[in-house]
Amino acid sequence: MDITKDKLLEMYRSMQRIRQFESKIRDLATANEIPGFVHVSIGEEASAAGVCVALRKTDRITSTHRGHGHLIAKGGRLDKMMAEIYGKRGGYCKGKGGSMHIVDFSLGILGANGIVGAGLPIATGSALAAQVAGRDDVTACFFGDGASNEGTFHESLNLASVWKLPVVFVCENNGFGEFTPMRTVTSVSDIAVRAQAHAMPGVIVDGNDVLEVFKAASEAVARARAGDGPTLIECKTYRWEGHVVGEAAILGEYAYRSKQEVDSWKLKCPLLRFEKWCAENQKIDASELKRIVAETEKELDEAIAFARASELPAASEVTDDVFA
Amino acid sequence: MPQTSFIQAINQALSEEMTRDPNTFLMGEDVVLAAFGATKGLADKFGPSRVRNTPISEAGFVGAAVGAAMAVARQICEVEFASFFYCAFDQVCNQAAKLRYMSGGQASLPITFRAVYGAMGGAAAQHSETVYAQFLSVPGLKLVVPSCPSDMKGLLKSAIRDDNPVIVFEHGALGRLREEVPEGDHLVPLGKAAVKRAGDNVTVIAIGAMVPKALKVADKLGIENVSVEVIDPRTLIPLDEAALLESVEKTNRVVIADEGHLRGGAAADIAALIADKGFDFLDAPIRRVTALDVPIPFSPPLEKAAIPGEDRIEAAIRNVMGR
Repeated sequence: MDITKDKLLEMYRSMQRIRQFESKIRDLATANEIPGFVHVSIGEEASAAGVCVALRKTDRITSTHRGHGHLIAKGGRLDKMMAEIYGKRGGYCKGKGGSMHIVDFSLGILGANGIVGAGLPIATGSALAAQVAGRDDVTACFFGDGASNEGTFHESLNLASVWKLPVVFVCENNGFGEFTPMRTVTSVSDIAVRAQAHAMPGVIVDGNDVLEVFKAASEAVARARAGDGPTLIECKTYRWEGHVVGEAAILGEYAYRSKQEVDSWKLKCPLLRFEKWCAENQKIDASELKRIVAETEKELDEAIAFARASELPAASEVTDDVFA
Repeated sequence: MPQTSFIQAINQALSEEMTRDPNTFLMGEDVVLAAFGATKGLADKFGPSRVRNTPISEAGFVGAAVGAAMAVARQICEVEFASFFYCAFDQVCNQAAKLRYMSGGQASLPITFRAVYGAMGGAAAQHSETVYAQFLSVPGLKLVVPSCPSDMKGLLKSAIRDDNPVIVFEHGALGRLREEVPEGDHLVPLGKAAVKRAGDNVTVIAIGAMVPKALKVADKLGIENVSVEVIDPRTLIPLDEAALLESVEKTNRVVIADEGHLRGGAAADIAALIADKGFDFLDAPIRRVTALDVPIPFSPPLEKAAIPGEDRIEAAIRNVMGR
């Protein structure tokens, strides 16, 4: 599969935006500058970037509580995301949602979601709506290994399979559901084998290799768009940070996994790996990647300035938007 | 005008609204065969893409209705028996009810859920429960409880046109109730109570299947010159507070009749409203007539003992009238 230079640059920009954005909000949350729970996906950027580069603007996604990466990869604006995380009126949801609930319908982002497994039936319904409208838009559904133990996972895969819906189920298997190792609570070691139970292809990819993710996603998207039904892609990856920012203050450092394990995955950093591939294959000049890093730094600085300058919502806005 | 049954009224409303808006879809368990008759003929009329049988998979298809509605396809989602909502509580309460608010108004959720509730003769507790109270504390949902064919049609049509998640609770024992129902575009707005019988001495606020029971009691007591006003809120959210309070202000006495349970029920909610905003109107304590706080039992004499009948409405009226 020949990947155009534009696509390669898009993948890298996505991963840079995710890494920089989430590193920043991790620091802001640690400094108590932003309220609430913050879940970051640092180390898992390749799955979000690889899948979303395989989508087009009218395609839709559903995301999770660990969703910043998916939203950014689908084109989410850092300034409006940051303002939402600050609880500001200028945020995507006017301060009503926060880190776990960012939505941008204009970009096909049906939302992050605070309930594990909740996005699966929503994505299935989104794909159903496209199918009955006669549109060939695809919905990509991100979820974790934990969600694959929810009933909604099986109900949604069954529906999507029996109705041949244009949906791509993307399981980011990062090895942990909250603080519990996946292997201790899951009947299978590969989530992808669960696809067989619902008569759809199940594919395992190295979730830290953005190119491999992109190839698998492109095939699944093409299959969905052609009306041939859903695919389950399992991206094997790892969460460098804790389940939630600040957990070490309560649980202690390395309470449920070893430093060696975490460090071994940092060597498999998806960004470094892509940079190395670019250099070895002479696809993209290092200076171009550096330019993207610098541009993203600037975008992030502007996003923080936007968020800080945005006003907090007035108490009178509390009753807005309950009903249409 | 011809006599139309409750079930036929549902069918008319569904058919008319699906004809009116081609972007309206119906799905649920056995809607093609039409297990209860309400969706009869709709699959033939509108085709398998718009009228869709689902597996017995409530979390899956209720969640799919939420996703499809957000992707701008108006949904009518039948959850056969209202107790089955428990299998899809997340999808209704965490997703449908909240996503508009949590997205700062971006999400539109035009979904009408339909479900059969209430004791209908030996269906036992998992198919006979009155579950709307479980949704009263979930902001973002509208709750509709029709009591007669005419309201059923008009309220269901309004629910389908509404851009919010609305649950329409259809009492299983009202299915064959017949009356004249206006043909064509008969709409009953959500949030508007109906005075089903005007009276001066006591107000009975009756919900759903308790309305026909209350009307019978009112007829009976009328012979004794007790003038009973029967008022039907028709929708619990939004609630027509003004109409309920106005009636109590006129009669100074109130009985609330509901097939739901006593604790935490719709009757408790309305009683609190009247105590809060209409205390000065009252000449007697507020009385609630509800199901006993037991799961609805199977055996006919037990079921009859659990759910409120005309005798208990009459006794409550006599109590507040002091006679």
